[in-house]
Amino acid sequence: MTALEASGTGTGPATDAKASVAGSTPVTPAAYNPRRDRRRKWLEIVIFVGPALLLFLVFVIFPMIMAARYSLYKWDSRQPFELAEFIGFDNYTRALMGGTDPETKEIFWKAYAQPFWNAVGNNAQIIALSMLVQLPIAMIIALVLNRKFPGRSSVRLIIFAPYVLSEVVAGLMWLMLLDPRGPVTEMLAAIGISDPAGGWLEDPQAGFWTFFFIVSWKYIGLAIILFLAGLSGVPPELQEAASIDGASWWQVQWRINIPLIGPTVRVWAFLSIIGSIQLFDMAWVLNKGGSTGQYSTIATLMVDIGTQRNDGGYASALAIIMFIFSMVAAITYMTIVMRRDNGARAGKGA
Amino acid sequence: MANMRRLGAFAAFTTSAALLLAACSSGDGETTDPTDSPTNGEAEQSAEPVTLTWWHNAVAGDNGENALGDYWQTVADAYTAENPHVTIEIEQVQNEDLQRTRIPLALQSGDAPDLFQAWGGGELASQVESGYVQDLSETLADDIERLGGGVSPWQHEGSTYGLPFTFGVEGIWYRESLFEEAGITEEPATMDELNAAVQALKDADITPIAVGAADGWPAAHWWYNFALRSCSQDVMAAAGVDRDFSDPCWVQAGEQLEEFLGTEPFQDQFISTVAQTGATSSAGLVASGDAAMELMGQWNVFVYEGFTDGTDEGIAALQDDLGWFPMPATDGGNGDPSAALGGGDGFSCYVDAPPECADFLSFIVSDANQMEFTEATGALPVAPAAADAVTNPVLVELAQVAGNAEYVQLWLDTSFGTNVGGAMNDGIVSIFAGTGEAQDVVDLMTAAALTE
Repeated sequence: MTALEASGTGTGPATDAKASVAGSTPVTPAAYNPRRDRRRKWLEIVIFVGPALLLFLVFVIFPMIMAARYSLYKWDSRQPFELAEFIGFDNYTRALMGGTDPETKEIFWKAYAQPFWNAVGNNAQIIALSMLVQLPIAMIIALVLNRKFPGRSSVRLIIFAPYVLSEVVAGLMWLMLLDPRGPVTEMLAAIGISDPAGGWLEDPQAGFWTFFFIVSWKYIGLAIILFLAGLSGVPPELQEAASIDGASWWQVQWRINIPLIGPTVRVWAFLSIIGSIQLFDMAWVLNKGGSTGQYSTIATLMVDIGTQRNDGGYASALAIIMFIFSMVAAITYMTIVMRRDNGARAGKGA
Repeated sequence: MANMRRLGAFAAFTTSAALLLAACSSGDGETTDPTDSPTNGEAEQSAEPVTLTWWHNAVAGDNGENALGDYWQTVADAYTAENPHVTIEIEQVQNEDLQRTRIPLALQSGDAPDLFQAWGGGELASQVESGYVQDLSETLADDIERLGGGVSPWQHEGSTYGLPFTFGVEGIWYRESLFEEAGITEEPATMDELNAAVQALKDADITPIAVGAADGWPAAHWWYNFALRSCSQDVMAAAGVDRDFSDPCWVQAGEQLEEFLGTEPFQDQFISTVAQTGATSSAGLVASGDAAMELMGQWNVFVYEGFTDGTDEGIAALQDDLGWFPMPATDGGNGDPSAALGGGDGFSCYVDAPPECADFLSFIVSDANQMEFTEATGALPVAPAAADAVTNPVLVELAQVAGNAEYVQLWLDTSFGTNVGGAMNDGIVSIFAGTGEAQDVVDLMTAAALTE
């Protein structure tokens, strides 16, 4: 009751014990009692954080621990786990290097390690291409749109629309458009661009690039909107001052706008890298990563093995490998690239 | 004061919620009581109310028609009319969702439907090993004998764990008018004749064969047929049990496929074509007369019908022009040229299902109901006594080929189970895409088998 009342009446940051002890207007004399204050703080933490923490433990931490456990077993996932057989790290060595048994190494490499590294390669290529292709395009569009002109909000809406569209709807739409007898294929053929031998999506070589185009179409809107938001935070006086000093439009962008939205770009790159590692829905909707895995990702491979082939242990091992990749990427990026931003913010706060 | 009022409202809400909960739980008590007791084995004597849950894959097609689903409802109604103490709750689920997700999860959770769709082969074997399905060998011994050899995919180590209601073999569907246009007068009976037909169609500017390779399995079925011709029955049967693919006939199957692909018999960009969805699917191409042939199972006549305007005349015109011949024989090879690939649909009972489940399954596959099933849906029955009810001329021919076959081999992916079967299909699609070789299929299957 007291906790609810107190937070309801809004006495500043209720969780900040220091603040109330330091004597910012207390609500009741009881708040002077430090022990009671501490108890209230804990009660509030439990009430506000408890439910979320519980959900997090049940739906994130617990499944992760279970996946780590499953990954050490040979387990047909249609059968009860009691029938599974403990095999140590065999599932991991199977994915990474085709197992340790020299007799079966060749076929295991072909059947398991090769599709795995193919998927890892696709993930890596998408990360690299996002930085090399999506970033410059999104940046140019954001800089061009960062001014007042008639219909500005409609243009922004159109650019952002693919990002809002459901992944499944977008995927099915592209499937129909790029069908060998679909409208886009025929329009392109009419202007002399014939589709690759296997079709736009399923061709073993061209399929990946079509996929990357679709993913870029889907996600570039997010980059543009983020950059525009960053640009709106750049003080106009700086740009005006530069213009008065005779800087050209390009110089203003290059020396003022782009450096000042650096933190936004770095956050976008972080989201993009993590998103690329976990890329799943679009690749799955199009055709489960492609009929020859031309645009498979670790996630589509994992779901394919786990749900279509019922190899629960191996799929769990892939899940754990993907988790480790994401975590290593996140921590590396945080410590190397984003340290500046975090450091700067912490400095300001102090 | 405002706080107090809100608190009052909250208290009122909790009170009413508590009442509601109490109402629910007492309601539950009333309904669960009777359904629980029959599992104790007193069902038939006391005829206490029993609820059977039934999951099947008959969902409405693109045109909203659901002949099979409607028929299952009438069967359930007929059974409950005879057995008033039984209530049947039907759930219709799309085939892949049902097979890959819903049934496996339901079985693992221990809260499974009493009667559920079963495709036989390796998948059923896995369910049997997990102790999920009821052994029907004794309870339904008469039905098993009456239905004959079609039951074998639903058997595991000598016991029967389900019964099929439809079973058929696959072959090549073709448009008679396009064959005529290309000057082909006889149905190809050998690979040479098939190759000649392909060339004749190409010369007449007609796409010879459609295949939905983007879906994987339709492409894989070509390889299965080559394997069936090059591997002896013993090798086939042994592979189904111990997953041994060391016989050279498995590689030969891939080499025959490579050779056949070399003649470019399929439509352009077959690797991007799906099998059944939309006018640009392989079935759509044949139905619209854009391609002449397609290798498919007995169900495809219904898929083709789905592409007509749905009128009786439209369907009749299509059926008039639709021909069928078994997969041609190949030169050499240890397989029997009359052997055929086939598969069917059946039902199994969950291990904890009440005795009414087996009784109802027996009712579903009774001679009378198999006859009605065929009349209502046009599909091929399993009960020999119902064979006369088949009217579609192609299906009559297909049933004859199945009857005369030296043996009928279950679809290889179903037979080998999802893991080895999936690896096999992936390898075959790579041959179609030009990125894999005949040896790869065998290697992928062997590797997958070693992980089981």
